[in-house]
Amino acid sequence: MTTLMAILIGTFYAAAIYMMLRRSVVKLVIGLILLSNAANLLIFTVAGMDRGIPPLIPKGELLIEGPAADPLAQAVILTSIVIGFGVLAFAVVLIHRACEVVQTDDMNEMKGTD
Amino acid sequence: MDLEVLVALPIIIPLLLGALSLTVLSNHSAQRWLGAIGTALLLLCSVWLLLHTREVGIQVLEVGSWPAPFGIVLVSDMLGAIMVVLASITGFATALYSLKTVRKRFERFGYYPLLHLLLAGVNGAFLTGDIFNLYVWFEVLLVASFALLILGGERAQMEGAIKYVTLNLLSSALFLTAIGLTYGLVGTLNMADIAVKMASLEDQKMVTVIASLFLIAFAIKAAAFPLFFWLPASYHTPQVAVSAIFAGLLTKVGVYALYRVFTLIFTADTGFTHEILLWIAIFTMLTGVLGAAAQFEVRRILSFHIISQIGYMILGLALFTPLALIGGVFYIMHHIIVKANLFLVAGLMYRLGGSFELKKLGGLYRNHPGLAVLFLIPALSLAGVPPLSGFFAKFILIKAGVEASAWWAVGVALLVGLLTLFSMIKIWNEAFWKASPEPNPAVPAPTRNALLYWTIGLLAAMTVCIGLFAQPIYQMAEMAAAQLLNPAGYIEAVLGGTTP
Repeated sequence: MTTLMAILIGTFYAAAIYMMLRRSVVKLVIGLILLSNAANLLIFTVAGMDRGIPPLIPKGELLIEGPAADPLAQAVILTSIVIGFGVLAFAVVLIHRACEVVQTDDMNEMKGTD
Repeated sequence: MDLEVLVALPIIIPLLLGALSLTVLSNHSAQRWLGAIGTALLLLCSVWLLLHTREVGIQVLEVGSWPAPFGIVLVSDMLGAIMVVLASITGFATALYSLKTVRKRFERFGYYPLLHLLLAGVNGAFLTGDIFNLYVWFEVLLVASFALLILGGERAQMEGAIKYVTLNLLSSALFLTAIGLTYGLVGTLNMADIAVKMASLEDQKMVTVIASLFLIAFAIKAAAFPLFFWLPASYHTPQVAVSAIFAGLLTKVGVYALYRVFTLIFTADTGFTHEILLWIAIFTMLTGVLGAAAQFEVRRILSFHIISQIGYMILGLALFTPLALIGGVFYIMHHIIVKANLFLVAGLMYRLGGSFELKKLGGLYRNHPGLAVLFLIPALSLAGVPPLSGFFAKFILIKAGVEASAWWAVGVALLVGLLTLFSMIKIWNEAFWKASPEPNPAVPAPTRNALLYWTIGLLAAMTVCIGLFAQPIYQMAEMAAAQLLNPAGYIEAVLGGTTP
C-alpha cells in the first residue's frame, strides 16, 4: 500500500510541475492545487498508514495500549488543507482579475514587469 | 515567570490591532491612529522583549502550557528578538509613511488590517519554535502580502502578483513536503526536538536530502540565486509604503529561516550543505548587483540590490564561523533599516520629481537639498562607506571570509560593494545632480511632506547611529551568533522541562 501511495504521490508532483510549466494561467492554478494535494498526501503516507486503530483512550485509562494511528499527522494535514484552500481561493480570484486586466491568459504575454 | 507572556506580545498586538481596525474600516482617522500608535506600541514591546532576552537569556513560552515537545512553543533567543525589533521598526516607519501616502480607496480595501496581519505573520515566524507553526506563520504573512501587493489592481501589479504568488506557493509546498519528510523521519515537529533526534540518527543521507529541500524552499523565499526571479518582477509594482515593508522584511524572513534550520538542525554535514550555501551566496551577490546595473528605474535598481544584499547575509551563514555569523546578523540589522528607508526615499523622489524613471528625474539636489542628504545616508551605507552601518557589516563579513580563506567569496564581496556604490552614484547623478530634463510644470508643488521627511530622517538617524555606536550592536550580534553556534543552549531552554 505504501509503495502504491509513493507512486501516486510522485505522479501528483510530476503532474503538478508539468501543469505549472504550461503557458495558460488556469493550468498554472491547477498545478498549484495538485502540488498542495501532493504534499498533503505525502504527510499522510509518511506518518504511517494504520487502519482500524483509532487513537482513542479507553474509559478509565490514561494511556493507549498498543499501537494507534497518529492523530498529529492528521491535524497537520487538516491545517494545511485549510491553508491551501484559502490561498488557492485567492489565486483563483487573482488569475480571474489578471485575465480581465491583461486581456489574455497566456503567461508569455505577461512579461511587462520582467 | 509572568514575563513569559512577553514572548507572545509581538504576535498578539498586531493581530488584535488588525481585528480592531477591521471593525472601524470606514473610519479613516481611527484606522490611521490605530496604525501609528499600534505599531509604536509594538515597537516598545519588542524592544522590551529584546532587552529582557539579553538580560535573562532565551525565553520560552509553552502555548497553552502543553509541555515542550508536544505543544507549540514560542522561543525568543537573541536572533529572534533582534529580528522582531527590526520588523517593528519597519512596521512603525511604514505606518507613519502610510499616513500621508496611502489613498482612502486603499484604506477602505483594508490596507491597515493587512499591514497589521503582515506584521503578525512576520513576528510569528521569528518567534515560533515549531517547524509546522513556522509554515503557518509563513502562510499568514504570504496571504497578507498577496493582498497588499495587488491593492490598486493595475496591470503591472497583476503580472507581478502572478509570479510572486506562484513561486511563493511553490516554495510553501516544498517547505510542507520537507516538514512531512522530517516528521516521517523523527516523529516530532518541535525544532529543538528535531535537532536532538536528527543528530542521533544513524543514516544521515536522508537528513541531507531533507536539508536540501528546506534549502530550496527557503532560498526561494529569500530570493537567492537562482530562484530570485519573482522579486524584481513584483517588488516595484505596489504602493511605495508596501514596497518598503516588503523590501525590508519579507525576504529576510526566508534568510532568518535559513539561519534557524542550518544552525540548529542541519549541522551534521556542513561540508555539503554550507558549501552549497557559499556558492549560492557568491552568485546571489553577483547576479543581483549586475542586474541592478542594467536598470534605470529607481525601484527596480533597489529591488535588484535586495538580491545582492541577501547574498551577503547567506555568506555569513555559509562560512559558519563565529565572526561570520556575527557579520551576518549585523548585516541583517543594517540592511533592513537601510533598504526600507531607500524605498521610502524613492517614494518621496516620486512625489517631488514626478517619476521613478531616472531619465525623467533631475535637479532634485537643487530643489530639495534635504532629500539629497537623506538619500545619501542610506545609499552610501548600502555601498559600505564608513562610518555608516554598512561599512561595519561588510567589514566583519569580509574579515571572516579572509580568516576562513574563502577567497572567491571575499573577492566577489568586495567587487559587489564597489558595484553597489556605482549603482547608488548612478541614482545620485541622474536624479539629484543633473539638471531637470525639461521644466516640468505638471508636478504640483507638493505640500505636507514633513511627516515623510521625519520618517526617512528617523531611519537615516538609526543608520548613522548603528555606524557610530557599533559596539553595543556588535555585542548583540555576538550574543546572537554565540547562541546560534551553540544550539545546546536553545535545546535546553526549550526541552529542559518547565521553567521553575
